[in-house]
Amino acid sequence: MFLRPLFRLVPDDTKIQFMRGRFIGLATSAVLSLLSVGLFFYPGLHLGIDFRGGVVMEVRTPGPADFGKIRSALATAQVPQAGLQRFGGPDQVIIRMDPQGDEKSTQATVARVRGALDEAQPGSRIVRTDAVGAAVSSELFRNGMLALGISLLMILVYIWFRFEWQFAVGAVVTLILDVTKAIGFLCVTRIEFDLVMVAAILTVIGYSTNDKVVVYDRMRENLRKYKTMPLRQLIDLSINETLNRTLGTSMTVFLASLPLALFGGASLSGFALMMLFGIVVGTSSSIFIAAPILLLLGENRLRRDAQAVPVAAGRKA
Amino acid sequence: MMYFSRLKIALILGVCVLGALLCLPNLMPAPTSWLPWQQVHLGLDLRGGSYLLLEVDMATVVRERLDSIADGARTALRGKVTGYQPPQAQPAQNRVVIRINAGPQQDEAVRLLREAAASAGPAEYDVVTEGNEVSLSLSPTALRDRANAAVLQSIEIVRRRIDETGVLDPVITRQGADRIVVQLPGVEDPNRIKELLGRTARMTFRLLDETANLGAAPPPGVDFLPLEGQPNAKEPVRRRVEVDGASLTDARPGQDNQNGRWVVNFTFDSVGARRFGDVTTANVGRRFAIVLDDKVISAPVIQTAITGGRGQISGNFNARSAQDLAVLLRAGALPAPLTVVEERSVGPELGADSIRNGAIALAVGFLLVIAYMAVFYGLFGWFANVALLVNLVLQIGLLSLLGATLTLPGMAGILLTLGVAVDANILINERVREEVHNGRTPLNALETGFRRAYSTIIDSNATAFLAHVMLFVFGSGPVRGFAVTITVGIVTTLFTATLFARMLTVRWYVATKPALLPV
Repeated sequence: MFLRPLFRLVPDDTKIQFMRGRFIGLATSAVLSLLSVGLFFYPGLHLGIDFRGGVVMEVRTPGPADFGKIRSALATAQVPQAGLQRFGGPDQVIIRMDPQGDEKSTQATVARVRGALDEAQPGSRIVRTDAVGAAVSSELFRNGMLALGISLLMILVYIWFRFEWQFAVGAVVTLILDVTKAIGFLCVTRIEFDLVMVAAILTVIGYSTNDKVVVYDRMRENLRKYKTMPLRQLIDLSINETLNRTLGTSMTVFLASLPLALFGGASLSGFALMMLFGIVVGTSSSIFIAAPILLLLGENRLRRDAQAVPVAAGRKA
Repeated sequence: MMYFSRLKIALILGVCVLGALLCLPNLMPAPTSWLPWQQVHLGLDLRGGSYLLLEVDMATVVRERLDSIADGARTALRGKVTGYQPPQAQPAQNRVVIRINAGPQQDEAVRLLREAAASAGPAEYDVVTEGNEVSLSLSPTALRDRANAAVLQSIEIVRRRIDETGVLDPVITRQGADRIVVQLPGVEDPNRIKELLGRTARMTFRLLDETANLGAAPPPGVDFLPLEGQPNAKEPVRRRVEVDGASLTDARPGQDNQNGRWVVNFTFDSVGARRFGDVTTANVGRRFAIVLDDKVISAPVIQTAITGGRGQISGNFNARSAQDLAVLLRAGALPAPLTVVEERSVGPELGADSIRNGAIALAVGFLLVIAYMAVFYGLFGWFANVALLVNLVLQIGLLSLLGATLTLPGMAGILLTLGVAVDANILINERVREEVHNGRTPLNALETGFRRAYSTIIDSNATAFLAHVMLFVFGSGPVRGFAVTITVGIVTTLFTATLFARMLTVRWYVATKPALLPV
């Protein structure tokens, strides 16, 4: 019938014992995150112009771009170490230059590239110029990191305030593991790390937190409802009960991000890929990381064992 | 939870209508002038244009201030104290140092300098003795005031110069202690603007010292300044400024009647006209120099006294450079040089591409989410979809009201908001479904479902809200546009997913009184 739902993502009576796989989950996550940290040091992030400084110019040539001609014209104009790269169609070229000594010479470089292009392929149009000085790029980097750090801190404080501390620690440890993997993803794919990417990571953090809140909310509710159920069983029950929510909410965000990756153009595709990666990681970490951490931290605190007096449970309303 | 008074329904619908009305300015021009007609602005990355971040050279501001303090000290001490060495400016330490041996002469010098300091205004600089040195150090407050004044004045001059070029709707704002943001919509190649802003344009009229030997060191009070366009040729120009460019009231490009060459005609104000008249009267037959930013533009011989307050600068001009100089002279001199520390320019063609890509992604994403909700949640999914549409309208309306700037990441933000907005409906629907399975009656299940899902919805939106407020505070440029759309979207989502969708559900329930919920 039109009015009724046509499908369910998972059946209502799903009873997967997720906590059986807790050590495998934690171990896999730890290994991936360690690898990511390793990748962060070598080969490291591919910093975008925002954070590295320098000049990026996007050029559209009248016919197919003649790389040889452009290269030699740039060399004649004494543009230092210009990197050329095809970008989209055959008439689209990206020219990248490392940061120059100071702001004045950066500006001079921009002017020289304009001249060189006119010579190599008259009629070329520079459709985008980004020139970021060294001082500004380090400020942008610092601010980006501040935004990331303070957001994590605020989320920690918020969850701490709303839940017991075990939940907060579980959430933030999971988020840190998520973020390291996101950085590893950037290192592997060589997607540029710039301000837009910081926005993507922050968004991923925000929605990954959503997921954790959904599962944690249910655990807290069940802690009050089933005062004698062992914590492990209770966590499994909560995850299974909320599985349709966790997967459903992730699906919609995934569906919204997918067209950005497919049709959003080159400047948004990196953002969208990070979103897609982050949704997958964030959803699985809610189940396989955040919950096991809570189990480890809360085993003797949130819930004494099954024989404990009921008073010990559900202290917080 | 499950009761909506007529007033409440009217209010909710009223908000929706208001949101739709707020969207109108984006679709049509204002019908009357008195209506507030705010619309979403397209960011430079979408409409094309240039963004320049300029830095005021504070070192110059400090150095010039110290030079003038040193001048003042020289005047204060001249003829009254002996045995001191000329005041030395030390910009690195923000001070001027005078070497004078300790003793009565030094005490007298300190007294005179303190007097001069007091007349320079309260707490401009401190006079301190240290052995055989007297130092005049700029106080931090005075320094800050100077810097502040320099930035404000620079903004004013930048605005005047850009206005002269005819760029429409430039936005010029201050950023931080010493930076100026210049946004130029529609300017694809900001080179000409950068050239105009890259010159201090301080013009002075000074006499030449024709006895000076260009081969030797410059005599005191004389600078050997290069000629514009001929860096190797120099003129011996006296340091004393006879008339300053600040006395100009107008400057226009023109062509010389006799030889047709490009010139700049200028007019002095009354003080400048009198000064210029006096100087030219007293120096007929001698040469004077017109100096711009320490370069001699021309050094003509004074043929007759010029008393009308009008004059002409002839140099190596063409139409463009005469026009540019006239613009610079009219707009006035910058208090310190400006450096471009960040430049971002986007051509209109790329901007149009971005708008198209963003619009396609938005449309496809919107349809995917709607289809998902319909397939997985049936009727309640359609309620969520109607709420989603209202959400989009409210979001655009609110962004218009704020006069926010829509950037390409901002468009991504709108799409993400839509994807996340239905999350709240999913949480509610799943909860209702669970309550039905727990054996509650339809009304009871709806009631409990909405109530219980709330805290989860609030918690999850609050954390996302916090993260994006941080992004707005620390981000810049197009990324801020993203943070704005997301935070606005979270607010509208709370309204549509909880209030509006719940109202739809309740009205449906009251109208049909179903025995079973379609969940």
